[in-house]
Amino acid sequence: MKKEIGVVFIFLSIIALLGGLFFGSLSAFQFVFPDFFNTLPFIKNRPLHVSLVVSWIFLSAIGGIYYYLPKYCNLPLFSRKMAVAHAWLFFITGLFIVTCFLFGKFGGREYWEFPAILAIPIFISWIIFAINYFKTVFKKIGQWPVYLWMWATGITFFLFTFAEAYLWVIPYFRDHLIRDLTVQWKAYGALTGSWNMLVYGTALFVMERIKGDESMARSKLAFWMYLLGLTNLMFGWAHHIYIVPTAPWIRYLSYAISMTELLILSKIIWNWKSSLEQAKKDYYFLPFRFLVASDIWIFLNIILAILISIPAINVYTHGTHITVAHAMGSAIGINTMILLSSVLFIINDVTKYEYSKTQKLIIRVGFWLTNCSLLLFLIFLTIAGTQKGIMVVENKFAFQEIMQKISPYLISFAWAGLGILIGLLMTTIPPLIAIVSYFRKKN
Amino acid sequence: MSTRLKRIFFWSLFLLFIIDGIVIYSSGSDNDPAQKFLTEGAKKGKLLFQEYNCISCHQLYGLGGYMGADLTNVMSGKGKGEVFVKTFIQYGTKGMPNFHLTESEVNSLTEYLNYVDKTGISPVRDFEIKYDGTITQTGSQ
Repeated sequence: MKKEIGVVFIFLSIIALLGGLFFGSLSAFQFVFPDFFNTLPFIKNRPLHVSLVVSWIFLSAIGGIYYYLPKYCNLPLFSRKMAVAHAWLFFITGLFIVTCFLFGKFGGREYWEFPAILAIPIFISWIIFAINYFKTVFKKIGQWPVYLWMWATGITFFLFTFAEAYLWVIPYFRDHLIRDLTVQWKAYGALTGSWNMLVYGTALFVMERIKGDESMARSKLAFWMYLLGLTNLMFGWAHHIYIVPTAPWIRYLSYAISMTELLILSKIIWNWKSSLEQAKKDYYFLPFRFLVASDIWIFLNIILAILISIPAINVYTHGTHITVAHAMGSAIGINTMILLSSVLFIINDVTKYEYSKTQKLIIRVGFWLTNCSLLLFLIFLTIAGTQKGIMVVENKFAFQEIMQKISPYLISFAWAGLGILIGLLMTTIPPLIAIVSYFRKKN
Repeated sequence: MSTRLKRIFFWSLFLLFIIDGIVIYSSGSDNDPAQKFLTEGAKKGKLLFQEYNCISCHQLYGLGGYMGADLTNVMSGKGKGEVFVKTFIQYGTKGMPNFHLTESEVNSLTEYLNYVDKTGISPVRDFEIKYDGTITQTGSQ
């Protein structure tokens, strides 16, 4: 039996997404009710939530690349065995990481809290992926469409910045707090940029396929967008560390570069949406909807991103829930909407599964519930963050008093998070059923 | 745009990225007035800080979790200090678990937080906003 390896990644990605949302929702309630479900405390829940959501982003983007290259780019994979090894290594390492978190074994740092030794199999799995990808795409003669550039960049920079994020194991970095924090957030900023490359490349690919127009991913605008994204990935990370006493030029450079990449992506999606025929919108109604939703979230997120990149505003928002709103707006509103679009495109393509009327209704309601809940989620986080930022700078209240004052907004945020969980469950369960029935048929 | 030109753009940016990285690893981040407070205990404390995943709830320089307070200047904060910190670490609170740390671990964590305290200020409360939207820190904590 030979399953589409891309679909295996997609299946795992949906499981990771649902797991990540479950632990995220649990964390949100523990945030406001510290005694809630003590069996799995917040310090275990938060890394479970973050790691699973990051896995969702990587697995679904990688699954898309493994699926699209042979199927649509006329580029058979260099080695299917390597792709299978990649899947197994990712899956087994993931199981180890989840087990470590459940047993409270940490040792790493924020976002990569697992013991540092587990970074080695992750790195190896990406080396395997990189070899397979480059050996596959270098067969392509002539101009590469921009998504091949973006995927290549995402993979290369993941390897580079993941290694950079582990420089702390060397005393030169670890024993110097300012250097350590600077390098950590330089790496994290570029790492986020590297997965954005994978995700935005996927968005361009899906748009090209739905429209059936190969010129858009080869246009000058698309390539300039890619270069701007790359510039942001490399140099636009320092808004995370404005208050860390580094050399001032680091802050100025980042401030100047800001978040221009999203503007361009937004323009491309807008152009594409306006020019698409109604028939294609109807045929690909699910992938289309999620791409359009991502466009709206790009607009909202870019306003927030630009504002918090201004140092005079950042001094109030840094370390508050506004930063969370920005991160969640990007991870759910932009990345998840784009990746769900790709996931639904692939499932539709590979399984030819016909959703029943009820299933279609469930997905539609789930779509709206997710997006409305996300809007409320971001509004409550922004209000809580604004209030916290002002109170912290004014310095009139102790930390606990500030948290008490903003707790009504945080409770509302937790309920909105539950809405996102339910909405995405409704959206992803029917496609998950489609994949399972596809695997059964293949068996 | 030709593939050659695209490659030139890519590799030029990549070269700048490498130079930027080298400068950041060296002179861009070498400002650490607190090196003399980085004792052996403080070095152990940093690793314990990671081992117990303190950053999940707490922040240093506003980076980290949101459940607990920013710990950058907890050692010199008004009404805080060493005894305050040790009590929290040793016994926990309603929102913070008691990790049942040994005395040596508590001391190491305290030494680490003492080192962190001397490196700078967070959150920034005294500042002037300049015409271009940047800020200048004006006072101490």
